[in-house]
Amino acid sequence: MSTVFPQWEVFVRARRGLDHQHAGSVHAPDGETALRAARDLFTRRQEGVSLWVVPSNEIVASDPADVGALFEPAADKAYRFPTSYELPPEVDHM
Amino acid sequence: MNQAHFDALIEADERIEPDDWMPDDYRNALVRQIAQHAHSEIIGMQPEGEWITRAPSLRRKAILTAKVQDEAGHGLYLYGAAESLGTPRSELLDRLHTKTQKYSSIFNYPTPEWADIGAIGWLVDGAAIMNQVPLCRCSYGPYGRAMVRICKEESFHQRQGYQIMLSLSQGTPEQQAMAQRALDRWWWPSIMMFGPPDSDSPNTGRSMAWGIKRFTNDELRQNFVDATVPQAELLGLTPPDNALVWNAERGHYDFGEPDWDEFARMVRGEGEIPDVRIGVRRAAHDEGDWVRKAAAAYAGKRDARSAA
Repeated sequence: MSTVFPQWEVFVRARRGLDHQHAGSVHAPDGETALRAARDLFTRRQEGVSLWVVPSNEIVASDPADVGALFEPAADKAYRFPTSYELPPEVDHM
Repeated sequence: MNQAHFDALIEADERIEPDDWMPDDYRNALVRQIAQHAHSEIIGMQPEGEWITRAPSLRRKAILTAKVQDEAGHGLYLYGAAESLGTPRSELLDRLHTKTQKYSSIFNYPTPEWADIGAIGWLVDGAAIMNQVPLCRCSYGPYGRAMVRICKEESFHQRQGYQIMLSLSQGTPEQQAMAQRALDRWWWPSIMMFGPPDSDSPNTGRSMAWGIKRFTNDELRQNFVDATVPQAELLGLTPPDNALVWNAERGHYDFGEPDWDEFARMVRGEGEIPDVRIGVRRAAHDEGDWVRKAAAAYAGKRDARSAA
């Protein structure tokens, strides 16, 4: 029977000043090895300046079935957007 | 080596990220500035929060609730950025509660009338935006990224405030007079939000060299006056400054000298309002203790159950 390594989610910072962004995942026995695998898999062409790896089973994700309950209540609150305030053209760039 | 690498990054206008080496002075200056900024956001909830129940319509109540909720969110973005420098949030809150760290003294002015809420959105948030847009390019990555989020959300704050002023200035003579009183109250404090004059701002040079600050206090103050005077004219309101006049040669408005003695008194936290603000904040924290305990107990119980 073949050994199955745990899965790690990989986040890459493309350059300084930007957030780490999710790039994909790797399998590795530990974090150090996962980092090395991520480096080889996702940054062969200088795609990043920093890497994070996080055990995939540590990620707590929202349930797609909850999308309505979670996000729809914001839809009827147009007043949270600057466009919902009409101002005279002279000051509309405010 | 470390210092040389840091200097080279700053010189190249690159961003510093949390796991980079940085000089202690840089780290301390950032913790101080970001924490003070975070404290200002959550203390700023109070003068406006007081008006939610008294706002004149359901729409205005909803808007004000959303705005106060945003201020809480901005505080949390900023506490997160400060924590990335190694100071835990609990410690930052302790420093606020014990008055060893400050918040912006603009929130120590009273808000006796509804028009004050309009003036705060228009002027105080307007001045904040003027300050904050350049901070999106701050040399410390997490602070800059927090500021991008905040600036995006801040725009509605200023526009709703101006719209309140617009409604009042097109209203009855009493409403117009109330709008003018609010401008009279908030004009100078807003001008002073940019901090002491450059000639008396000891930290400006260092902050500019480090790329934490991008413009001096006086430069931002001038930008604010230039942007705001035409907005006041459109409202038919007059800023309380006899020296205010367009200078065609400079291409800027000339304006009078703020009362820097008053500014110093406000920064020292004189008057009754600072104790009220900190008292309300501490009470909110202390009275929320049972919620934190309940959440921890629930999580503990669930862990125990899944372990069984």
